[in-house]
Amino acid sequence: MNRNRVWTIFVIILLLAFFCFLIDLPQAPKWIPGSKWFSKQRFHLGLDLRGGTELIYEAETKDIPSEEIEYAVAGARDVIERRVNVFGVSEPSIQTSKVGDQRRILVELPGIKNISEAIKMIGETPTLDFRELGEQTTSTAEWLYTGLTGKYLKSAIINFDPQTNEPEVSLEFDKDGTQLFGELTTKNVGKPIAIFLDNQLISAPTVREPITSGKAVITGKFTLVEARELASRLSAGALPLPIKLISQQNIGPSLGRESVKASLVAGLLGLLAVSLFMILFYRRLGLLSVAALSIYVLINLCLFKIIPVTLTLSGIAGFIISIGMAVDANVLIFERIREEKALGKIYAQAVRDGFLRAWSAIRDGNLTTLIVCLILYYFSTGMVKGFAVTLSLGVLTSMFCAITITRNLVEIASKK
Amino acid sequence: MFDFAKHLKVFIIISVILCGLSIFGWIFWGLKPGLDFKGGSLMELKFDKKQGVSEIKEKLKPLNLGDLVVQPASETGMILKMKEADDAKHQEILKTLGNPQELRFTNIGPTISQELITKAWWAIILAVIFIALYIAWAFRKISRLFGAAESWRWGLGAIAALGHDILIMIGFFALLGFLKGVEIDTNFVTAILVVLGYSVNDTIVIYDRIRENLLFSKSNDLPFIVNKSLNEVIVRCLATTLTTITVILAVYLFGGESIKNFALAMMVGVATGAWSSLAVATPFILFGRKMAPGRKT
Repeated sequence: MNRNRVWTIFVIILLLAFFCFLIDLPQAPKWIPGSKWFSKQRFHLGLDLRGGTELIYEAETKDIPSEEIEYAVAGARDVIERRVNVFGVSEPSIQTSKVGDQRRILVELPGIKNISEAIKMIGETPTLDFRELGEQTTSTAEWLYTGLTGKYLKSAIINFDPQTNEPEVSLEFDKDGTQLFGELTTKNVGKPIAIFLDNQLISAPTVREPITSGKAVITGKFTLVEARELASRLSAGALPLPIKLISQQNIGPSLGRESVKASLVAGLLGLLAVSLFMILFYRRLGLLSVAALSIYVLINLCLFKIIPVTLTLSGIAGFIISIGMAVDANVLIFERIREEKALGKIYAQAVRDGFLRAWSAIRDGNLTTLIVCLILYYFSTGMVKGFAVTLSLGVLTSMFCAITITRNLVEIASKK
Repeated sequence: MFDFAKHLKVFIIISVILCGLSIFGWIFWGLKPGLDFKGGSLMELKFDKKQGVSEIKEKLKPLNLGDLVVQPASETGMILKMKEADDAKHQEILKTLGNPQELRFTNIGPTISQELITKAWWAIILAVIFIALYIAWAFRKISRLFGAAESWRWGLGAIAALGHDILIMIGFFALLGFLKGVEIDTNFVTAILVVLGYSVNDTIVIYDRIRENLLFSKSNDLPFIVNKSLNEVIVRCLATTLTTITVILAVYLFGGESIKNFALAMMVGVATGAWSSLAVATPFILFGRKMAPGRKT
């Protein structure tokens, strides 16, 4: 290859490595232009490394018509999010997922201290919905889901019935809720509308006239304490459908810190051992591959920050293991170069053919690993997903490093 | 030149014996399912001073926790395993034990664990199928030159080697489960999958070379060609395996307690993967024939 081109690529690689290095640094030196931006790039640590809680809830959807489920589950997520925000958790993540015909809500609360209170608060969130009477069949009346749920609640306060002086809870709907409630009451004049609290029928007052003010009252045989508690719970948000906690995982912050430290040591020692092996085995070429491998590590760490990849314990393990795999491509290439040289070719020709002929095995080997990563990503949840992501990123960058960086370094070193 | 062709029979006998033992272990000892596969709760606690296992069990007796397993971890730490405990029970346990520092608490319900098992099997089966398809595609030139049967033989050889690796990993962990109560969890399945993707690399390197020698060699002597190929690539197969094992060893030794078994499974898998490329996948090409396959004309 043209020497000028080789040197140009070399300079580009150096610049790239330096750029990645600046991003990798926790704090870039002040004299670098844009050092503020470089310092702002952070690693995103997963729950298992920061400490925190992962809760999986299952939504009970059996009372809800199938076309409404999607909406109700999303509503539940919003309500939980509102509740969780009260705790001041940084970056909570609340997602819904579908497994078979089950609906789940996955709540991640990183760095939370009082887990038990959070669980209690989410768990105590009442479910509230309004139902109308279905077609009167036999003697038993059937209550039908209407879509008007606790999601649309704006506020709830305690009141006293002026006649009986018994405590009751007045509800006020938000804008959408007011409209829904108006439609519902218009449709059901002269008929009862049921208020279900936590899936229990609380009361079923008969609608005398359409209510467009967006206000409703729950009366029941409440004591003063019950009514006050209910009002405050409803004010904090009410769920459109019942949820059940099916899995919980708490990780204390100290365990996460120790894990990070241990992974760092393992990674450095692994890198060191592989470097030593390569230098002892391939001498000068080995030294070049160690340089390429270091750039590989710099690039990868930089990608973790920029994309950003949420690093979990298994994700870091995936990255460390990818270091061992990344060097494989170099081994295949160097062995091939040796072989080509043994055939009597001049060094430059041997290098060229070595890279060319080693490529098919490198490509095939790495692609099978990528296939597995894809399957792993698709089939796994949470923590293992991190492993799939870091390993596949590692495989991709390692192929890039082998055919550009290692190659360039070998070409530069091959001519005096 | 080491005469591999002559010794391949011995290699394959060793592998068959290893697989047989693994199946034996799998059937008689079975794999001990971990928390994520059987459901239940796990707590890791850290006390101010050292605690006795029986002491803790005694204290928790009134709470009626079912099959409670208490294991010491680190100096003042304890791991408690029990049937599913909800948060109320969880808090009660902490209170009973004098509110020690809680490193982690996991509670997995039966729906989740059942789902994880199903997913694990699917993932493994799909991985094997896709890898085999990829190999058949990557070596499609073979079928163009020697007919489709030849290409299938190579694909099957790769699958046989992969099956061998999975079996031995399972056998190894059945043994560990029997001897030391080691459990398998999602991480073990992850290890199997990664090993599937990685250990096929050596098979690819060897096959790649046999193909090349088949195409360019004037000789018709198949054992000779296979032997020549093995001698040419054996060093790089060993070197790539060694570098990878070195790194995994670092993770095993220093990466922390929670990832130790994962690293161990990976090491076993990567090592058997290299072995099976030589002892299973290669003899598969040779099996029952002395002459190189005839070319299609």
